[in-house]
Amino acid sequence: MAERAGIETSVAIGDAVKAADADVIAAYPITPQTHIVEHLAELVANGELDAEYIPVESEHSAMSACLGSAAAGARTFTASAGQGIELMHEVLYVASAMRLPIVMAVTNRAVSSPLSVWGDHSDVMSCRDVGWIQVFVENGQEAVDHTICAFRIAEDNNVLLPVMVNLDGFHLSHVIEPITVPDREEVEKYLPPNSYPLPLNPDKPVAMGDFAPPFIFTEAKWAQEMNIRKSYDHIIKAWQEFGEQFGRHYHPVEHYRTEGATTLLLTMGSFSETAMTAIDSMREKGEKVGLIRLRLWRPFPFEELRKALKGVDTLVVLDRAISVGGPGGPVASEVKAALYNQKDRPSVVSFVGGLGGRDVTREGFETIINRGREIAEKGSENEFEIHGVRE
Amino acid sequence: MINSSVYVPRILPELESFTPGHRACVGCGEVLALRLAFKAIGRDAIVANATGCMEIIASQLPYTNWKVPWIHTLFENTAAVASGIEAGLKAKMRKGHLPRRDTRVVAIAGDGGTADIGFQALSGALERGHNFLYICFDNEGYMNTGIQRSSATPYGATTTTSPAGKQSIGQFTWKKDMPGIAVAHNIPYVATACPSYPVDLIDKVKKGVETKGPAYIHIFSGCPTGWGCASDLTIKLGRLAVETGAFPIYEVENGRYTVNITPEKLKPVKDYMKPQRRFRHLTEDAVKEIEKRLREEYHKLLEKAECQS
Repeated sequence: MAERAGIETSVAIGDAVKAADADVIAAYPITPQTHIVEHLAELVANGELDAEYIPVESEHSAMSACLGSAAAGARTFTASAGQGIELMHEVLYVASAMRLPIVMAVTNRAVSSPLSVWGDHSDVMSCRDVGWIQVFVENGQEAVDHTICAFRIAEDNNVLLPVMVNLDGFHLSHVIEPITVPDREEVEKYLPPNSYPLPLNPDKPVAMGDFAPPFIFTEAKWAQEMNIRKSYDHIIKAWQEFGEQFGRHYHPVEHYRTEGATTLLLTMGSFSETAMTAIDSMREKGEKVGLIRLRLWRPFPFEELRKALKGVDTLVVLDRAISVGGPGGPVASEVKAALYNQKDRPSVVSFVGGLGGRDVTREGFETIINRGREIAEKGSENEFEIHGVRE
Repeated sequence: MINSSVYVPRILPELESFTPGHRACVGCGEVLALRLAFKAIGRDAIVANATGCMEIIASQLPYTNWKVPWIHTLFENTAAVASGIEAGLKAKMRKGHLPRRDTRVVAIAGDGGTADIGFQALSGALERGHNFLYICFDNEGYMNTGIQRSSATPYGATTTTSPAGKQSIGQFTWKKDMPGIAVAHNIPYVATACPSYPVDLIDKVKKGVETKGPAYIHIFSGCPTGWGCASDLTIKLGRLAVETGAFPIYEVENGRYTVNITPEKLKPVKDYMKPQRRFRHLTEDAVKEIEKRLREEYHKLLEKAECQS
């Protein structure tokens, strides 16, 4: 049995990939993802993980090599962040549309310019529509667990989609926490061998990646949409079975002190843990506030989110990305869209904050919640507000 | 010149891995080269194909012309995709997930997909030493998108993005030396070929797939559509390119150069250029200048071959 130990989240992710017995890792270094791929390179160099490590010359090639590897039926992992995600952007669409089960850890980072190696969600929000299953984690243990779950979900023959595990750059990737990394024997019980149904194999030739004229392109896209929608139930099942075996349970929308709350804060990623302390302190003052965390970003958990917001007056959403010239926070705008046709829906107030590594403190969250309630009551001329900006 | 049309069909392997019924233009030299190459490669192969003519003519859903496993993803990443396939097979065979065998990974792309947009991915894959064969089918431009210039388009050719005009000779840069760049990666095998010399082409592709480590073959492939010539001239123009020194046929094995076809006396370059509309605007002087430079390049190549023998 694996033991709980103090370990850096990035290193623990590498150990999780080792426990999953990945066959191929293709990666290009970028801050703050480096500790993950350095650790994997070391594991391969020391013979602790029997895998091919491809030190590619760019992120575009990293994801492209992953396409080839996954199409050959190998268990495939990569990690990236920020500019790296942008450079591999077009390849991401191909991975999902061709149904290649690739797992990628994204240590979320801001996107230039100005150059910033620090964390926010600009990178992942720019690939909202690439067709990947996208999960957000908030601590080191979750990062490990969801890396393992990601292989199981991606390779499930009912799913066959790439999975992105999002963890905040630095705020989470570089933090040392007490983490249990399951060992290989335990993971083997949970994660069956990769059984990609039609790999590139000369004994049974397949043609992958044909071109589609207008008569069939729409159908191809609809099939993709059906595929990711149907993946939802299998994601839930994979998490349930993980919970049964490892005792840690995960849900598409997670609740924290939401009982009787009239105002909810919605966050994603590691900021949730600071937000919890703000909720605790406000609850102590007798305020009816709670927190929900969106764990599953794609496929979007419409039903769970609506259920979580029943009877709530105000929902305050904190986005760590900005849709420049648009509605502000991408998560807030999706949440608004998900609620628009509901009869009984809360006012949704959008905040953008925590950009490029800027901290949002406990007091900051309290300010956001209070200001959110004020806007919900009195209205505002602005589509969104940006937290803590110096004008 | 021996009349190879008599004996060549009898000595070539009968096996076809690329079937008839594709959508290539009449007289396409590239698809002929592809067919010949796969006679040499056989069936125990996996193909990664860049976006381009050879991809688009053979893969419209729900059809395919390929009898070997084939994957197309994007334009610029073919060498990277091939490196992923090679690594995946290697890991799976080593770990006992797949029976051990010598499946060949072959990446194919056009000159744009090789010398321009796919250049970085190719350099990376060659440098990393993956066990794969990369074939560039060079028709000297972006023909699939409507005859635009690439860095492999020869000096003086008019294309839709290097049009000849009052202020322009057409393409004003010299053809990028892709085989030379491949050689600079110190890979075990580099060769040039042309479907006008089918036996040479097949021999080289065989050598390429049997090479342990990366191999690069650059195949000069006539394009009547893009070059503006009669569709029955593809083979003849391929020969003329070689006989005039415009495209020399050579190979580099572990750094050692061999020029495989050395005409006793090079023909005038105008014999090669004249039947092609893309060169028709060039003055006699311009053609002479081009000839001078081509001769210099050709002799440099001969010197490389001679000084090591």
